[in-house]
Amino acid sequence: MTLWDHLPVLVVIIPLMAGPLCVLTEHPRAAWIVALAAAWLSFAAAVVLAAQVSDTGTISYHLGGWEPPWGIEYRIDTLGSYVLLIVTAIPALVLVAAKESVVHEIPESLIARFYGAFMLAFAGLAGIVATGDAFNVFVFLEISSLSSYALISMGRDRRALTASFEYLVMGTIGATFILIGIGFLYMMTGTLNMQDLAERLPAVLETRAVRAGFAFLTVGIGLKLAMFPLHLWLPNAYAYAPSAVTAFLAATATKVAVYALLRFLFDVFGFEFALRDMPLDHILMILGLAGILTASLVAVFQEDIKRMLAYSSVAQIGYMVLGISLASTTGVIAATLHVFNHALMKGVLFLALGAVVYRIGGVTLRDFAGLGRRMPWTMASIVLGGLSLIGVPPTVGFITKWYLLLGTLEQGLWPVAILVLIGSLLALLYVWKLVEAAYFEPVPEGAATVREAPWSMLLPIWLLVGANIYFGMHTEVTVGLATQAANELMGLRP
Amino acid sequence: MKGNLVLRVVSKFLIPLIVLFALYVQFHGDFGPGGGFQAGVIFATAFVLYDLVFGDGSARAVVPPGWLHRLAAVGVLIYGGVGIYSLLAGRPFLDYSALADDPVHGQHLGVLLVELGVGIAVFSVVLLIFYAFSGRSSRR
Repeated sequence: MTLWDHLPVLVVIIPLMAGPLCVLTEHPRAAWIVALAAAWLSFAAAVVLAAQVSDTGTISYHLGGWEPPWGIEYRIDTLGSYVLLIVTAIPALVLVAAKESVVHEIPESLIARFYGAFMLAFAGLAGIVATGDAFNVFVFLEISSLSSYALISMGRDRRALTASFEYLVMGTIGATFILIGIGFLYMMTGTLNMQDLAERLPAVLETRAVRAGFAFLTVGIGLKLAMFPLHLWLPNAYAYAPSAVTAFLAATATKVAVYALLRFLFDVFGFEFALRDMPLDHILMILGLAGILTASLVAVFQEDIKRMLAYSSVAQIGYMVLGISLASTTGVIAATLHVFNHALMKGVLFLALGAVVYRIGGVTLRDFAGLGRRMPWTMASIVLGGLSLIGVPPTVGFITKWYLLLGTLEQGLWPVAILVLIGSLLALLYVWKLVEAAYFEPVPEGAATVREAPWSMLLPIWLLVGANIYFGMHTEVTVGLATQAANELMGLRP
Repeated sequence: MKGNLVLRVVSKFLIPLIVLFALYVQFHGDFGPGGGFQAGVIFATAFVLYDLVFGDGSARAVVPPGWLHRLAAVGVLIYGGVGIYSLLAGRPFLDYSALADDPVHGQHLGVLLVELGVGIAVFSVVLLIFYAFSGRSSRR
């Protein structure tokens, strides 16, 4: 085997090994270099992998040389390679910006270990996407969750500790539910490999154990996903975590949970059982819509911008859940597209907030007064990210809203389409609050003069802004991949 | 607990046995029940017992806390290193057969090394957790 055959495992192993190496360096700068190099290597591997998958189709990698379903299999299909791209690209960009902001926000003695935990979280998220083994999903979920609890607790505010503890309790309940669910499936089929599960499950679908396992899995992943009403851990965790961590987790962690949900609902159980025989489609649709509307409404009244965007994340997750609930190809395209696109928008917004924290020291609405003149480039990126969040063409936000509306109208669900539009209007309201403060309010009297954010922060922010607009105008790549992924998901059991 | 003579004598007698048993569980793990995780925990309990009986912080003199997070990282690196070695040898990640000419021997060696990594990592993390909890009182 040449090195190119090892890419499915290298995407996960490079950050996993970089974690302990960062700890061993015990030097802030050296740890940062190790983390940055590993993240970019992993991203490069993901890019090549995506090309390989589109050339040759699904790639299967057997860990330790043991054939599946006995050994652990890493399985990269179109959906997996697509999500891997975003899961590796975001930390690679966040780490560029993190250098300054981490020195600013985290005590020097902890920085090396901070990067260690960061890389472990990265490895866990990449692992969930790469693996084709249900139990492996749980293990990687725990790797990413445990390290993100540690990362969140490193926030400057002491409330970060309670936020992290809340997340720990909720996240552990979620992980336990997922484990119980996988246990039930294993009990009924005797296998953990997802492909094998998908083959063996139809024979036992009508049993209580499988249905209970299905319920446990859905609720457990829903907790990790921060699906309304299981989202209560998210606003505090995002608001009090260090800026780099918020940008990283907001853009990747919940997306990977969406990926896990898609995998289990469509690949393992098959959507006909999951969304037709079980009433999950109605449940997901109602919860998705409730999430969109309530979380957007709450976001409008937030003074702390990080919290505002955290609530907006809950609403955006609602869009993805809504797309899944449609159980149609267009709906799944909308959901997978939004996984990618929401990562781009929230990446811009939370990285820009990191720059504001770095220069101004806080991100309440008051700190934003006159920011348009004090930090023009940062503020401009926030406006563009906000436009993408609302769904204004030619940004990526528009593309997902478009497919979501198409999906709802296909099934004649007019009221749902109108509610989605109302959600966008609410997004307009909270983004407008930012614009108003930044451009129409004077700089407060006696405020210290601040410079624009350093280029190491502006560069990744504007790269992401560029991606927001590029993928909004050139939709062939993302929509093409999403369509293929959706066809694979829907077509597994025709 | 400095006054409890019986406790002190019995602990002194027990601690070497605990350590020995931990090593047995560690290196016998590939033939029988046990392995790195269990061995790491048992190994750490020897130090926890020492610290509890001979007073706060006495284990710290033997294993300084500053070493432990490094040791944990080394444990993970040993595990991953075995995998990367087989990867560089042209076999799938963690294929122990690459470790020796004879596949059976290679599998044996691989499990032994991987479990050693697990044992070191678990030992250091368990002791770190103990230090984190017991450290509060000794700082007064």
